[in-house]
Amino acid sequence: MSMPKMHNTRAGRVFDGFNVIILGIIGILMILPFLYIIAGSFATEAELTRRSFFIWPETFTLNAYKYIFSTATFSRSILVSIGVTLVGTIVCLFFTFTMAYPLSRKNLLGRNLFLNLVVFSMLFSGGMIPTYIVVKSLGLLDSYWSLILPGAINPFNLIIVKTFFQGIPNELEEAAKMDGCTEIGIFWRILLPLSTPVLATFTLFYAVGIWNDFFHALLYISDSTKWPVQVLLQQIIILSQGNLTDTAAQAGAYVTPPEQSLKLAVVVVATLPILIVYPFLQKHFAQGMLLGSVKG
Amino acid sequence: MERADAQAAETELGTLTKPSKKAKSSISPLQRIIRDKWLYVLLLPGLAYFIIFKYLPMWGVVIAFQDYSPFKGVFGSEWVGFDNFTNFFKNPDFFRLLKNTAIFAVLNLVFFFPAPIILSLLLNELRSNSYKRVMQTFIYVPHFMSWVIIASITYVFFTTSGGVVNEIVEQIYGRKMDFLSAPEWFRPLIMLQIIWKETGWGTVIFLAALTAVDKEQYEAAIVDGAGRFRRLWHVTLPAIRSTIIVMLILQLGRFLDTGFQQIYLMSNSLNRGVADVFDTYVYFVGITQGAYSYSTAVGLFKSVIGIILVLGSNKLAKKFGEEGIF
Repeated sequence: MSMPKMHNTRAGRVFDGFNVIILGIIGILMILPFLYIIAGSFATEAELTRRSFFIWPETFTLNAYKYIFSTATFSRSILVSIGVTLVGTIVCLFFTFTMAYPLSRKNLLGRNLFLNLVVFSMLFSGGMIPTYIVVKSLGLLDSYWSLILPGAINPFNLIIVKTFFQGIPNELEEAAKMDGCTEIGIFWRILLPLSTPVLATFTLFYAVGIWNDFFHALLYISDSTKWPVQVLLQQIIILSQGNLTDTAAQAGAYVTPPEQSLKLAVVVVATLPILIVYPFLQKHFAQGMLLGSVKG
Repeated sequence: MERADAQAAETELGTLTKPSKKAKSSISPLQRIIRDKWLYVLLLPGLAYFIIFKYLPMWGVVIAFQDYSPFKGVFGSEWVGFDNFTNFFKNPDFFRLLKNTAIFAVLNLVFFFPAPIILSLLLNELRSNSYKRVMQTFIYVPHFMSWVIIASITYVFFTTSGGVVNEIVEQIYGRKMDFLSAPEWFRPLIMLQIIWKETGWGTVIFLAALTAVDKEQYEAAIVDGAGRFRRLWHVTLPAIRSTIIVMLILQLGRFLDTGFQQIYLMSNSLNRGVADVFDTYVYFVGITQGAYSYSTAVGLFKSVIGIILVLGSNKLAKKFGEEGIF
């Protein structure tokens, strides 16, 4: 909101200048850590040891990146993350949208019961251990599906999509029914094409959520060859015990791996997809959050 | 606005014409199910998801009242009543967890809660809209990063082996500080992380509330000779007061919801005494040590208190004339 035009007092002008500076500092503080991580990942080991902070490396090198991508451990975990994110997003969208449509039909028998089931699950949960036991007894431990299925529907998202479907005029549906279209046909050929902006928003919601997910992998994946990149990151940086060195790397040209820049490069690669979609995220998430406050 | 009014009128109408609505659905339930069969087909995957991954675990909490053994299963395990709960309440861990959780809640309220409000007020006072938009772009970035990335960045900056912060500390104090494992630094680091990650994003809701402030009130205040600070105090703040109160109440309702991932990632064997909260405790005792029944009891205790707090705070929020979440 812009302030109405008004005369500005001296104190007001001082405040304005002060405000611009303070906010500038806050804004820079928010992204400065990323700038250092990115700059450091392109710097030489010597520079990282010598200079404690910089946002522009003196000499650019891709050694860290060449090294991490030469290791099977890292390349594998990136592939796992990409694969799980792609498949998971599709699965989540499928489950959320197919359920949202029937729930948006006011004359569906049992609708209130189903809605109450959804809302109650937002309030109360069986908790970590009973869910773990269910996942385990389904035989999903150490399966990529354990990273997707237990979180396939976010109830908040479901309710937002349901509310959106409710806003689509009934006449379209009636007309399609006259032409002998079933509800599945209506859903596929009329509702989904009409909801592309919503679909785009939730594609981003789910994709970012799955890419960033650490919790499910921590609980359900103990086989280190199936770790997504978030777990590998924790092993390498936080526990400092992840070992990227393996046969593939030893066969490579690097005698001593670039230790410090390597860590930073792993952080950058794990962050990169989020930074790429960030412009879209900023737009859609703010809308989604406001949509979320609309009651269904 | 007009549309909302029309909708309100429609619901009003709906309540008035209820009897006729009943008459309309004269076909039997079975006929309705047959009529909507394809809708039920579409409903099936989602419903299966909720039953398997939400309601089966809810039923699974019965193991909190058992001495559950994975080999005997839920049906074969011995029932022990409330033993797991009494054991937990008698355990000194209980008070440690409660204390840690309460401290995090208070720190959150004092240090994190006001931050987005102050930041959105500052953003709102900016005269240049383009500058404001650039700042918003910057401050939302950390929100979208995973906790692993936030924790990794914290490690890179605070480590004793070459971390920037420790280099500076060494320059000033002549020695390095063990930020990452010393128990006294755990809480400040957690606060720093959450303020850095979520303050920017927290402004979204307050900025939305601020756009609703009536501009005429500002003009009237100017005519009355009110300066910048008086306008902020007497016009802007009262306009977003209800939003602040509701956010505060809802925050109280989430009292027990300390972020599992954040705390898990930042805790280690040296700071565990101050780090452990209910969720991380359930993880260590349940998953790592395999005490399924005991840890389920701890989780159930947390869930029950949690639902009471959320429903209570939601009711309170509605009392203040605001829409709750449920």
